[in-house]
Amino acid sequence: MQSSAPADSRPGAPATDPVVLLDGVTVEYGANRALQEVSAKFSRGAVGLLGPNGAGKSTMLKALLGFIKPRVGRMSVLGLDVAREPLAIRARLGYMPESDAHIPGMNAVTFVAYCGQLAGLPAVDAMQRAHEVLYYVGLDEARYRNVETYSTGMKQRIKLAQALVHDPDLLFLDEPTNGMDPKGRDEMLELIHDLGHNKNVNLILSSHLLPDVEFTCDSVVVMDKGKVVAQGPIDELKGPGGRVFELRIKGSLPAFVELLNQAGMECHGTDEDVMRVFVPTGAGGSDGNDQRAIFALAARHGVQVRHLRPSVPTLEDVFAKAVGEE
Amino acid sequence: MPIHDQSYRRYGGLKTSPGRAWSVIARAGIMTMIRKRAFMGLMLFAWLPFVVRAVQIYVAANYPQTETLLAPDAKMFRDFLEQQDFFVFVMTIYVGAGLIAQDRRANALQIYLSKPLMRAEYIAGKAAVLFTFLMLVTWVPGILLLFLQVMFKGSFEFLKANLFLFPAITVGALLEALLATFTMLALSSLSKSSRYVGILYSGILFFTAAIYGAMLAITGDTSLSWLSVSSNLHQIVDLIFRQTPRYATPWQVSLIVVLGLIALSISVLERRVRGVEIVT
Repeated sequence: MQSSAPADSRPGAPATDPVVLLDGVTVEYGANRALQEVSAKFSRGAVGLLGPNGAGKSTMLKALLGFIKPRVGRMSVLGLDVAREPLAIRARLGYMPESDAHIPGMNAVTFVAYCGQLAGLPAVDAMQRAHEVLYYVGLDEARYRNVETYSTGMKQRIKLAQALVHDPDLLFLDEPTNGMDPKGRDEMLELIHDLGHNKNVNLILSSHLLPDVEFTCDSVVVMDKGKVVAQGPIDELKGPGGRVFELRIKGSLPAFVELLNQAGMECHGTDEDVMRVFVPTGAGGSDGNDQRAIFALAARHGVQVRHLRPSVPTLEDVFAKAVGEE
Repeated sequence: MPIHDQSYRRYGGLKTSPGRAWSVIARAGIMTMIRKRAFMGLMLFAWLPFVVRAVQIYVAANYPQTETLLAPDAKMFRDFLEQQDFFVFVMTIYVGAGLIAQDRRANALQIYLSKPLMRAEYIAGKAAVLFTFLMLVTWVPGILLLFLQVMFKGSFEFLKANLFLFPAITVGALLEALLATFTMLALSSLSKSSRYVGILYSGILFFTAAIYGAMLAITGDTSLSWLSVSSNLHQIVDLIFRQTPRYATPWQVSLIVVLGLIALSISVLERRVRGVEIVT
C-alpha cells in the first residue's frame, strides 16, 4: 500500500512549480504534425488550453497521459517524467475524455466505484467516494441507472465523476461542456470553477469556447495549428499594452481594416456588425488619445464612424490576436 | 440550510500500488457473467458430460462386470476433454466476443488506460475472465473426474499407473483455454460489434476445418491437418495423453501453429489496445 499523493502537489504549493511542463514536443500522425516543437508550462490552479478545433489540444492531453509517444521532446507532469513514470502520473491524474466514454453494462455508482478501484482505492472506499462524487456532480438521484440510458449532459457529469473519484491532484478536462444545454453547461462550469478555486484541484481545461475558459481558469495556453501561440495568466494577457474599442463604420470595411492595420492597430470581427479594434500602446498617436486617432484615420479616408466605444479586453481579443484571426 | 452539506472532499485514505488493476477487471468481468441467468444455464449444461462420466466411473468402480466396457483410462479423459470442445466454443463466443469489442464501442479504453494500469494489465484482466470460465469447463471437471475415480474405487492404483494424467489434463486444458482466450480477445479488439466478432471466430474455426476437410478429400493425406485450428489441438492432446496421433502431421508442427496463433493474437492485441485510435 502507498499513501495518497504528497501534499506538495496541491495548489497551495509554491506557485512557481508548474504542474505540467512540455519541452520541444513534436507529435506526428503519419505525415501530419499534430504538435510542432511545443514548449509550454501549466501553472498550478485552473489553466485553460484554448484553441480552435484541430489545434492539437486533445493530442497534447493524450500525449501527457502517455497514450501517444512524441517523436521528440520531453514532458513532465507533477514533476514526474511522462516517458519513465506514466503509471505514477496516472495514479495522480483524472481524465475526462472529450468523446462519450463509459464501461458498458454498469450503473453510475458501480461504474464510478469501479474506476476508483482501478485507480487503487480499496473497494469500500471506492464505493463511498463514488456516492459522494456522484452527489457532487449532481447525479445522486440517477446513480442507480445504467449509464447507457443517460442523456448527453448526464454523460458529461459521469465522466467528470469518474475522473474525480480517486481524488486526483490534477484534472484533464477535454471539452467538458460539449453537447450540454445552457443550464447544464452553466452548472458544469460552476463545478469546474469550484474544483479549481475552492477544492484545491489543479486542472487543465481544454476547450475551444472562450467564455468557458475565461469563467473557470486563471491562466491560459493558446494553441493554433499544433503550436503554442500565447500563454500566461489571463489578466496579464488581456491587460495593459493597449486598449480595445468596439467600432462600426459606414464605408469600405476591408479598406478601412487595412488602414487600421497599417496604423499598427489590430481588428477582428464579431458575430454582429461591430468589430473590435485593439490599439497597442503608442499606436494611437503621440497624445495617447486612441479614439481621436481612429476618428482622424476615418476622416482622412472618408469613412463614417457610426459607433465607437471603449471596451474591456476579453480572452477573445487575446485569442484573436494570438492566432492572427481577422 | 442543511446541517451537513455533502460536497467534494479530498481523499485521505490509502491507495494500492499499481499492478493490481487486472484483478479488479477480472473480478468485475466474472461477476458480470455470473449474474446472467443464461450464462449460468450454459455453465450447468457444460457440466452435463462431467455428470455422465462421473456415473460411468462410479458404475465401473462398483460393478466389476462392467469394468471391461466402462473402465476409465487415459483415452476416456482425452475424450472427455474433446467433448468439452463444444462448450469451450460456445463459452468463448458468449463470454469473449464482447470483452474488448464492447469497451471499444463505449470508448472505455481511454477510461481504463487513463488509470494507473498498463495495457498488458488490461489485457490480462480481460483474458482472466474468459480463461477462468474455460478452465471451469475443462480443467476443473477433468481433475475432479480423476479424484472421483480414486474415491469411487477406494484405491490409488489407477492414479499411480496413470500419474501423467494430472499434467496431461492440465496442459491440455491450458493449451485449449489459452488458444481460445487469446484468439478471441484479438478478434474482439478488431471490432466494436460482439456479434461480428462471434461470427468471425466461428468462421475461422469452421473455415480452417473445411479447408482441411477439402484437402483431405482431394489428397487422402492427413498431413495437412495443420491447416485446421482444432485439428492441431487434437494432435497435441493425443500426444500428451499418450494416444496414437490421429493425423500424419508431426506434433511439433501442430504446436508451432498453436503457439504461432497465440503469438499473433498477442501482437494484434498489442496494436489494437490503445488509449487512442490513430488513423493516418
